[in-house]
Amino acid sequence: MLVEYIPLLIIFLLAFFVALVVQGLGAGFGPRRPTERKGQPYESGMVPYGPGTRRISVRYYLVAVLFILFDIEAIFILPWAVVYRDLGVSGLVLMIVFIFILEAAFVYAWKKGALEWE
Amino acid sequence: MTINDLNTILPLVVLAGWSVVVLLADLWIPKDRKGWTAALSAVGLVVVLGLTLARGGTVQKAFFGTVLVDGFALYLDIIFLVGGLAGIALAYDYLKRMELERGEYYPLLLIAISGMMLMTYANDLIIVFLALELLSLPLYIMAGFARFNLQSEEAALKYFLLGSFASGLVLYGVALLFGASGHTDLPGLVNTMRAGTGNQALFLFGAALLLVGFSFKTGIVPFHMWMPDVYQGAPSPATAFMSVGAKAAGFAALMRVFVTVFPSLSDDLTPILWALAAITMVVGNVLAISQKNIKRLLAYSSIAQSGYLLMAFVPYANAEVSSDSIAAMLFYLLAYTLTTFGAWAVIIQMEQQERRGLEVADYAGLGKRHPWLGLAMTIFMLSFTGVPLTLGFWGKFYLFSTAVEGGFVGLALIGLLTSVVSAFYYLRVVVVMYMQPGDPPVKQNRWVNLTALLAAAVVVGLAFIPGSVLDLALQAVLQLQ
Repeated sequence: MLVEYIPLLIIFLLAFFVALVVQGLGAGFGPRRPTERKGQPYESGMVPYGPGTRRISVRYYLVAVLFILFDIEAIFILPWAVVYRDLGVSGLVLMIVFIFILEAAFVYAWKKGALEWE
Repeated sequence: MTINDLNTILPLVVLAGWSVVVLLADLWIPKDRKGWTAALSAVGLVVVLGLTLARGGTVQKAFFGTVLVDGFALYLDIIFLVGGLAGIALAYDYLKRMELERGEYYPLLLIAISGMMLMTYANDLIIVFLALELLSLPLYIMAGFARFNLQSEEAALKYFLLGSFASGLVLYGVALLFGASGHTDLPGLVNTMRAGTGNQALFLFGAALLLVGFSFKTGIVPFHMWMPDVYQGAPSPATAFMSVGAKAAGFAALMRVFVTVFPSLSDDLTPILWALAAITMVVGNVLAISQKNIKRLLAYSSIAQSGYLLMAFVPYANAEVSSDSIAAMLFYLLAYTLTTFGAWAVIIQMEQQERRGLEVADYAGLGKRHPWLGLAMTIFMLSFTGVPLTLGFWGKFYLFSTAVEGGFVGLALIGLLTSVVSAFYYLRVVVVMYMQPGDPPVKQNRWVNLTALLAAAVVVGLAFIPGSVLDLALQAVLQLQ
């Protein structure tokens, strides 16, 4: 059974070998004249400024999390709406319960001040 | 889905609904009155405990057989609900004292317990996964509840990363089992296994992945690396709750799935389980010796206890022994729960601001200054060691005798020897408490005190009637099959 996968193994080895050869050729024969500019993380583009560990505001993540809440609601309501007639009353009751639970999360976020931008 | 289905899992429905109600009610409870949230949660747990007991252990299936309520679930649910009550009792004063008081702690605890209860009902691997996530996510948050404490943050992040990794492994295992058989429900898997159809290699691989995933959750070596850091970093009440809840739920899933579905894989799995149990007992106990911090000491002790539990699980496929083996594990889980909550109740009273009072050396003089607390802690340490006249002794006795009954005398011998090793570090705490001079500051609180003393009384009291407790556990198992 495993024998069938031997070609795959050969491709893996071949890819590894080719990568090794190419890297080796470059390192062995290529000229190497480092300058300060070449050593920078981004050789082209804007000159970096400020420290790399600067703090940024993550306020937007709350909006993103709230988006997930309504996203999930939409994902479940759409297929439910398609088969709504077949599900009958129990389907309606279940969806009301589901939306109630989701709204509980929304009320929680609202009351905790997640919607206030300042 | 019908009303009958909901009625079958009524305790779970009430608990989950109540957690939402408490979460919302907490929004309108003023900041200095968070005791109300704790009280509301406790009332909910008591009601659910009543409903669970009233339901009894009659076997019922619901939701197209994906959920199965039986004596096994009843036994574990009682452990979880009582554990939840103890968790609230331990948390209230501690959170206030450490300025961590936020009402979310209690609804999170209720949601975690809902997940644990669902785990005991699970008769389908998808439900197992759902329950695993439902119980894990609140625990991640509870581990990081001291938000401005770096250790707590580290604990939450580590627990979250390794926990999600473990969940991923479980899910991969479920996928492979589905690929092998076309079923995720346990009865379907059992039938496929019996018929011998399906890809045996995939079965084995899936079972191994499930084993690894649950080993992460229960802290079995070599999947235990996260435990000491998380146990030390998390707020003490959260640690106490997760060390009992997550472990018992993990073992519940392991028992239900492996005993029902995988007996025929025992030729391959038994040596693995044997090695895991042996290495867990040795590593947990040996590493605990050098610990100076009491929280880390209990973390390694908790790893070692997982090893003892797993030891009784090794002969799971032997039909004559398996019911004894599960009964012994259920019995030990009860002893472990009581002893752990008691020990943490003492630790919580000893813990001071800025994480001081957590070294073993800080316990000097506790036995003389606070005789009741000292006595309680002594009882818990003796119960962990497995000294007679405590529940821990009978727990270990049943575990060892099942291992011997199943023909694993060598393993039982390793367990016995490592128990002797464990006596060193457990008794060191007792020695420090009674033999060294000191006057440790203790933050007494009646609920925490009550938990400690009740646990101590029950650990000693039940040790006189171990037979009737074991009978309960045996009944729980008979209904599992």
